[in-house]
Amino acid sequence: MNIIRMACALALGLVTAAGLTMPASANVDFHDQTVEWVIPFSETGGSAKWANFFAPLLSEALPGQPTVVVKFMPGAGSTKGANWFQKQKHEDGTLLFGTSGSTQFPYLLGDPRVRYEYNDWIPVMASGTGGVAYLNSDDGARFDGSANALKDTNFIYGSQGATRLDLVPLLAWKMLGMNVEPVFGIKGRGDGRLMFERGEANIDYQTTSGYLKGSAELVEAGKAVPMMTWGALDAGGDIVRDPTFPDIPTFKEVCEATEGCEASGEAWDAWKAFFVAGFPVQKLAFLPSGTPQEVVDAYTAAFGAVVSRDDFAEISSKRIGKYDVFIGAGAKSALGTATSVPDSAKAYVVNWLEEAYGVTLE
Amino acid sequence: MDIFSVALPAFGEAWSLILQPAVLVYLVLGVVMGLAVGVFPGLGGIAGLSLLLPFMFGMDPLLGLALMIGMVAVVPTSDTFASVLMGIPGSSASQATVLDGFPMAKGGEAARALSAAFASSLFGGLVGASFLTLFILIARPVVLAFGLPEMLMITLLGLSMVAILAGRIPLKGLAAAGLGMMVGTIGEADAGGSLRMASYDIPYLVDGLKLVIVGLGIFAIPEIVSLLRQDRSIARGASLGSGWLDGVRDWFANIWLSMRCSIIGVTIGVIPGLGGSVVDWIAYGHTVQSSREKARFGKGEVRGIIGPESSNNAKEGGGLVPTLLFGIPGSGSMAIFIGAVALLGSGDIEVGPGMLKDNLDITYSIVWLLALANVVGTVLCIAASGGIARITTIRFTYLAPFLFMLISFAAFQSGQSFEDILALFAIGLIGIFLRRFDWSRPAFLIGFVLSNPVEKFTNQAFQIASFRFRESIEAGMDYVFSPIVIVLVIITAVSVVLGIRQARTIMAEGEVQAGAKRAPMVFLLIISAYLLAALINADSISDRNMTDKIIPLVIGGFSLLCCLALFILMIRRPEGDAIFADKEVAGEDADAPCGLWSTLAWFGGLIVATGLVGFILAIVVFLTAFFRFRAGAGWAGTLALSAAGIGLICIMADVLNRDFPPGLLQGVVSLPWPLG
Repeated sequence: MNIIRMACALALGLVTAAGLTMPASANVDFHDQTVEWVIPFSETGGSAKWANFFAPLLSEALPGQPTVVVKFMPGAGSTKGANWFQKQKHEDGTLLFGTSGSTQFPYLLGDPRVRYEYNDWIPVMASGTGGVAYLNSDDGARFDGSANALKDTNFIYGSQGATRLDLVPLLAWKMLGMNVEPVFGIKGRGDGRLMFERGEANIDYQTTSGYLKGSAELVEAGKAVPMMTWGALDAGGDIVRDPTFPDIPTFKEVCEATEGCEASGEAWDAWKAFFVAGFPVQKLAFLPSGTPQEVVDAYTAAFGAVVSRDDFAEISSKRIGKYDVFIGAGAKSALGTATSVPDSAKAYVVNWLEEAYGVTLE
Repeated sequence: MDIFSVALPAFGEAWSLILQPAVLVYLVLGVVMGLAVGVFPGLGGIAGLSLLLPFMFGMDPLLGLALMIGMVAVVPTSDTFASVLMGIPGSSASQATVLDGFPMAKGGEAARALSAAFASSLFGGLVGASFLTLFILIARPVVLAFGLPEMLMITLLGLSMVAILAGRIPLKGLAAAGLGMMVGTIGEADAGGSLRMASYDIPYLVDGLKLVIVGLGIFAIPEIVSLLRQDRSIARGASLGSGWLDGVRDWFANIWLSMRCSIIGVTIGVIPGLGGSVVDWIAYGHTVQSSREKARFGKGEVRGIIGPESSNNAKEGGGLVPTLLFGIPGSGSMAIFIGAVALLGSGDIEVGPGMLKDNLDITYSIVWLLALANVVGTVLCIAASGGIARITTIRFTYLAPFLFMLISFAAFQSGQSFEDILALFAIGLIGIFLRRFDWSRPAFLIGFVLSNPVEKFTNQAFQIASFRFRESIEAGMDYVFSPIVIVLVIITAVSVVLGIRQARTIMAEGEVQAGAKRAPMVFLLIISAYLLAALINADSISDRNMTDKIIPLVIGGFSLLCCLALFILMIRRPEGDAIFADKEVAGEDADAPCGLWSTLAWFGGLIVATGLVGFILAIVVFLTAFFRFRAGAGWAGTLALSAAGIGLICIMADVLNRDFPPGLLQGVVSLPWPLG
């Protein structure tokens, strides 16, 4: 068998020489190495787009200009990939992991599939987005900055699922006292917009890029009326108007203007926690636990260099939107806001999900 | 939009953009890469496009589009090789091609089947592009007219093709389709998230089974195992009868069929949310219904290839409409395409509603680049088909280990877990027995593919309809019975009636001898036991999540009734009746020199070894042992073939940047790629 082994090893060696990973080096230089950026979603989602945008820029900015490849590990709504990443140890700094709101939400809700702990990981970059809710023109005419005149209307909404990002709009509408019935099981917000355009749904929300790409046109044509944005976070952690949509009021403003809705208390804390985890800090890039500081610093510097490119504002606005990218310490505090939810707020959401939609997380 | 002042100049502009040498070079490059990726089953356009993504950033938009479109366009063309030559459905676009393509290859007519398929693909692509050039201007309102009730009806039309493909005993076909639908419901429900026949302790099942695995398991594994047992070449007598010119002639003789199926393909492709899964079955059904001579379908009728192949390339064109006009991907590869377009140039091209207004010239360029890529790809494929068809004259025992290697690798790519390969083996077993006892495998696959759309559209349409009915009866009726729905109901009804009448003549599994009662009855009881378990499982879901349980309850109950009726028939009918069809009684399988279990044990051994020492080490041992001991090759040949196989898979994985399944060993020690 030795001969066979040798022959096979030879065959293997010939074709794989390029693919072998190098041993870890003390000083951070990724020359001739390949950085794998693992995304726990399929090739087709928004996180893929996000990582594919950053990968070539990161490759230029890291010391030694390694090749940065994006790898996909979809499954179980991203909990599979995150559980996998939890088990990874630092080897040579060539492993990067990206999460999204869909990874944060199960963690916050205590989903039984979650075997990962965000606080073990080292965040190096975080970026976010915003969201806009809008109504059809009939109901939009009755919208006066508050939801007072909308409480008797029956709304129907195409939803991807109550435990996903859709939790944020559904809870917001509920707090406003609106009667919104979600039609579950659509794939992606694009399908939701289509349902709205066909008139099957009469309320919808899109993330910033989806809104600019498709819904803004409906608003222009008079077929839709923007209702509110979820807002953006300022440095002090307060919700302010979304810089992309300075003319559209935030949910906070609408809530304060609406009878029976309060921008404080249990429900508000819960909404805000999930909003933060789902929007302003939607996507995060992590290094595995145990990564030495010098490697962390190298990535922080590289992402810093990417963001401070002269053309960054221009190239990023079209592809990921005009939102802050948090680096290093900023990413760390962003993660803190996104993953620390008071237990009472968590309990409130879990309870509401069960009462309203029969969703139990067992 | 004014056709003469806006569309025509844009159309001319598009052609001047396309006909630049650099653009054409990139297009051909994309086509060649697409063909190289597409011939491997289960990888297809998604793998190819992600391969191109790193290069898209800031690339000249037109060159980038040419490269990507070249690649996407030829995947449904090139996966015809796998489906015709080896009976492996490469993607959802070539499921129906297997039905007649593979029997033709077995009859030594592989080259003819291939060239007929490619000629049809080419024609379909061109018809699709011409249709789109005009249609895209008025497509928006048409697409918006297709709401949930309409989509549900199209899905049901697809499902009605089960009637044609049910086989000699319609009850068996219905039960097979029901079983396929029930297998399709495994996992987390889309609507409420309840688990069906799954548990959080087995995370793999929560996501449900993937089409790649079910397609490979149901079609490829039974055929591979059967051929391997017979120890012969795919083409009986190892000779190639007719050549590639005959295939082109066949296509030309059926040009109107090809035209009709192209139109079917492009129109269904236009509707977002349905994807390609129904198109080729509807085209196949139409082909059968419109043919005078039906007896040869399923045994190698060239029309059975022309129909689906014309439709699936035309569908790619149709799929551009939701992608470009609404920014909603019609398929997985289109989703990546949308993402990649944003990376091109300075990011100015925004796929979405603005596409027609701001970038009509680019839109037309995309449509016609797609058509042109079809032409280039087809010409290359036809040129290659004569040579590649020779693979069917090789003794199959020398091919099979490579196929086991390829399909295991392909299966692993769908979920990147070891369970993917286990699932492939399990579904393969079901496929083997469905084939043995003459239960329609196409019916099973149609059921599986359409399970999710049927459930989703039924629930959603029901919910919105009841919402409308609460408004007023009239609003509800208007919603449910739109003119499109009524037309589709009529077409479906006609198709079912015709289908039932014609089903007896179409034997998807060929002639099967009947034998003793015991084996078919045991199989029936096992199926019934599973259905019963699934039914009880669905019933245990809380009534609050009615959306998650209603479809499994209805379909499971119906399938169980079919099984019960079959059971009663089996008790009453004498031995030797067609209901007791069993391939192990007489015919190819029964006379095969090698047994089923010993043959399957080789594949099982590969899986066990992979679980222990990882894929590459396992495949080294597997290939060596197989060639030496099963195929009886000399040591020199054994080593050369094994090294070639391993070299091939390593190059492929390296280029596509894929991993191999790890085993227990890899969990203990860290090994360098590709071993680790």
